[in-house]
Amino acid sequence: MSDLTRFTAAELAEHLAAGDVSSVEATRAHLDRIAEVEPDVHAFLHVSGEAALRRAAELDRLRAAGEAPSPLAGVPVAIKDVLCTSDMPSTAGSRILEGWVPPYDATPVARLRAAGLVPLGKTNMDEFAMGSSTEYSAYGATHNPWDLTRIPGGSGGGSAAAVAAYESPVALGSDTGGSIRQPAAVTGTVGVKPTYGGVSRYGSIALASSLDQVGPVSRTVLDAALIHDVIGGHDPHDATSLTDTWPSMAEAARRGRTEGSLAGIRVGVVHELNGSGFQAGVRQRFGEALQRMAEAGAEIVEVAAPHFEYAISAYYLILPAEASSNLAKYDAIRFGLRVDPGRSTTEQVMALSREQGFGPEVKRRVILGTYALSAGYYDAYYGSAQQVRTLVQRDFTAAFEQADVLVSPSAPTTAFPLGEKVDDPLAMYLNDVTTIPANLAGVPGMSLPIGLAPEDGLPVGLQLMAPAREDARLYRVGATVEALLEAEWGAPLLSRAPKLGRPVPAPGFGTEPDGGTL
Amino acid sequence: MPDASPVITVADVQHLAGLARIALEPAEIEHLAGELNVIVDSVKKVQEVATPDVPATSHPIPLVNVLRPDVVGEVLTQEQVLSGAPDAFDGRFRVPAILGEEQ
Amino acid sequence: MAAGGTDLLLDFDEALERFEPVLGFEVHVELSTATKMFSPAPNPAAPGADASVPNTLVAPVDMGLPGALPTVNAQAIRYSISLGLALGCSIAPSSRFARKNYFYPDLGKNYQISQFDEPIAFEGTVEVELEDGTLWTVPIERAHMEEDAGKLTHVGGATGRIQGADHSLVDYNRAGVPLVEIVTKPIFGAEHRAPEIAKAYVATIRDIVKSLGISEARMERGNLRCDANVSLRPRGQEKLGTRTETKNVNSLRSVERAVRYEIQRQAAILKAGGTIIQETRHWHEDTGTTSAGRPKSDADDYRYFPEPDLLPVEPSLELIEELRAALPESPAAFRRRLQADYGFTDGEFRDILNAGVLAELEETVSKGAAPAQARKWWLGEILRIANQRGVDAGSLVSPLHVSELIALVENGDLTDRLARQVLEGVVAGEGSPEQVVAARGLKVVSDDSALIAAIDTALASQPDVLQKIRDGKVQAAGAVIGAVMKAMRGQADAARVRELVLERARS
Repeated sequence: MSDLTRFTAAELAEHLAAGDVSSVEATRAHLDRIAEVEPDVHAFLHVSGEAALRRAAELDRLRAAGEAPSPLAGVPVAIKDVLCTSDMPSTAGSRILEGWVPPYDATPVARLRAAGLVPLGKTNMDEFAMGSSTEYSAYGATHNPWDLTRIPGGSGGGSAAAVAAYESPVALGSDTGGSIRQPAAVTGTVGVKPTYGGVSRYGSIALASSLDQVGPVSRTVLDAALIHDVIGGHDPHDATSLTDTWPSMAEAARRGRTEGSLAGIRVGVVHELNGSGFQAGVRQRFGEALQRMAEAGAEIVEVAAPHFEYAISAYYLILPAEASSNLAKYDAIRFGLRVDPGRSTTEQVMALSREQGFGPEVKRRVILGTYALSAGYYDAYYGSAQQVRTLVQRDFTAAFEQADVLVSPSAPTTAFPLGEKVDDPLAMYLNDVTTIPANLAGVPGMSLPIGLAPEDGLPVGLQLMAPAREDARLYRVGATVEALLEAEWGAPLLSRAPKLGRPVPAPGFGTEPDGGTL
Repeated sequence: MPDASPVITVADVQHLAGLARIALEPAEIEHLAGELNVIVDSVKKVQEVATPDVPATSHPIPLVNVLRPDVVGEVLTQEQVLSGAPDAFDGRFRVPAILGEEQ
Repeated sequence: MAAGGTDLLLDFDEALERFEPVLGFEVHVELSTATKMFSPAPNPAAPGADASVPNTLVAPVDMGLPGALPTVNAQAIRYSISLGLALGCSIAPSSRFARKNYFYPDLGKNYQISQFDEPIAFEGTVEVELEDGTLWTVPIERAHMEEDAGKLTHVGGATGRIQGADHSLVDYNRAGVPLVEIVTKPIFGAEHRAPEIAKAYVATIRDIVKSLGISEARMERGNLRCDANVSLRPRGQEKLGTRTETKNVNSLRSVERAVRYEIQRQAAILKAGGTIIQETRHWHEDTGTTSAGRPKSDADDYRYFPEPDLLPVEPSLELIEELRAALPESPAAFRRRLQADYGFTDGEFRDILNAGVLAELEETVSKGAAPAQARKWWLGEILRIANQRGVDAGSLVSPLHVSELIALVENGDLTDRLARQVLEGVVAGEGSPEQVVAARGLKVVSDDSALIAAIDTALASQPDVLQKIRDGKVQAAGAVIGAVMKAMRGQADAARVRELVLERARS
């Protein structure tokens, strides 16, 4: 055992249970790793080291007393800055919320804490989750651990990079149009957008209310499932939260890994997302993954989703419209930045604060959304987009009559260079073409790594989609695909990522880096 | 339906910025007008298939009658309410003079 | 900007000769649920709620905290359906909430959750009884649910009004209070009775929500708020004139006055060849005038869209029928029953209606007072003070206190004269009648020995009177009674004094 940061959450949980690793050790190892690689990666906006160590020590005591609140008690976790945390600033990557500490915890955060996970800090993101590269963060971009000159995806690039760089075993993300899945794809990690309503949105700083969904970010399918089990389930604070009783996602993942799940299953390749026009290496790895699945007994069928080509247009009307309203609360009165040049009216202070507090992408979308809702244009834009949403849902319904899961590449390309698309909004928007349909229809989606593109050596992701409420199916199938590919590779894909930071001196087991012992 | 090729003018953006309460700089307005034309020209594609027979969907998972019992629950303390206030006085948020009237 | 008083007014009768008034009302009713419309914070409009400390009845969603979400109060839905049914409305099989987007500091989210194209209740009628007993039917367009905004206090400047203030303070206690907004259709044909119909309509809405028990319905506290729309059109013209909306007219008396004022003001402008500006007007209670407010224009673009955080409300037929069956009788039926129960004549009863104190009177009786006594006080001393001060009688004193006052008189603890002094104290906010009696030392002297001492003194000083009484001229006792009452400074029961005088004189 050389480096505690290489453990998955499930492995850490086993060691914590066995008593051969303490939460303090695991937490300190991750904090050390953060200190080591953050200058290069910049995955975090805030690191809460002391609080994490205190909480870890408390959990070690509870565990020693036989009172560990859950099997994951003591496992570190990173939290996307879109989620409210009562003990850490929650800025959603925006200058307008700089330093703001909410008076309450988001439900998923509260559930993580109750289960004894140890929050390490808050991860970077595009401002208010608007973006696909984290370049629209007000606090500087995150860098992809596979190639520091490239984007880590977005909006949840911080969470994905943190997990990929072994700064945290697991993290929380939020996915409005792909913000969990696309970063997972370009960082070689796993990300899941649950069924809409499967995880509470309470305390998640809203981007587009009818599309947002909080979900897990991890290095393995099982870890994502373990987190999903903790954060999921009904929450009366969120009217759109489903009251379903959910099966254990972790159980589904374990069975998928050990028993296999592909024999006789119908895997639908969405014709409209089958990779034409995508990067060659992405198409190649996608094709190979399909082949592995077929070899494992899956029936590969092609399904048509004729309205998916309209999905991105509908999305870029619905999202800005809802966002323009959701972001109206940032007005310099109750919280956040106030710009007051003096002798100004409240109206002027509001407008100036919003001008200086919001970045260019936020302003672009707020103005676009205001336009889409404004008198005389509502029917043509917002109204039409809501109709397209119906058509996309119908496409899913028809497709799921022919297939048990749908698949596509998670993203059209591997990680592109930082700066490449930052001034071209439309090009940036096209990154989400594969992931958006699931958000419009509310169905669950997962991205998992399926190899490196030969031309650039960067990770490629497979997107799995299941019918609404069938999240467990994603974990079962995903875990099987993961096991097949890892058997072929001989190791997880991330083991091929370049080394970051200075060489890690292998700490002696049970010995603290500072020489202290427990 | 509006014209097939929308033209969003600088004056339109100015008006939208007013509705959205953002004091955009003139250069930003100019720039945004250009960008919005490109974006809107692209997304107006939704109109091609949004025929009158298609109902609108506003919630991805249909639910109805999600109600809360009328029982007092979590309340913030005054200190919590004001904890993020840029300016507060006497238990309330303080704002500069208000120009407009209530709606 | 004129604060009123400078408007030219046309004589009311002449205004009506030239123009036909068309009315419309938007009445906001604060529901008295335990919690707010979209949060579990205590509702300041609930019975006995204390909202005196600012920003203490606030949940995250009420102040628009990032990440907070609304949840719909089930009781507010039931109350709204009951109100819709009482207004004779159809209840929508599916209604939903929408966001009304505009920036204002009292609105934490900078959008108001309201209902737009799918209100919970629509198409109804309300029967309104006028002063002469005729019934007038007011058509209802819709009743929809929404949330109230917070409260602004304007600091600096001379008036406490928004103009000229240096800064303002915001309290979100009221933000999120459940409201039902009742919107009428245009009311045609009111003619000379327009002010009277306006007042009677609002009084009827007040009576309805009171009888349903869904609101405290105190206009002076803002539980019930009326926006009055008035437009005029020249006789013979089909097209409606431009309307003004006079906001927040918060007493029955003011509703009547504001409508009359707007008719006269608009008529003067139109007669002089001017045009009416579509705008909100502010009612000034002190001067009895309106002044110009915010112009209404096409620039008001609220960008309504379906509230994505909330789901449609689809009340079952069973629920609707259950609530319909539980409706109290209509105000008209209620009035007929009360009149019979109380044994009032038509004339007596109409006086009560016209004074707008029926609900108060009924509550006073329900607390134990005799109907005739209740009527005497509400139409007598209380109404006198109300008229003197230009306020609604119901805002001066609670029915409970009036019933306690009457009980004190009945028990002989107070004379009528003392009771009027006690009422004065209650109105002045000195507490309950008992507390005022104690504080002001107004209790009737019921100690016979003290009275007897005073009587004996009086009789001794007026031997001629004593003789007359002994001769059987009982009416002569009046002089002695007067002297005793004077000596007791009025704090004695005159009937008891009389009894004792006769007893002592004959002993």
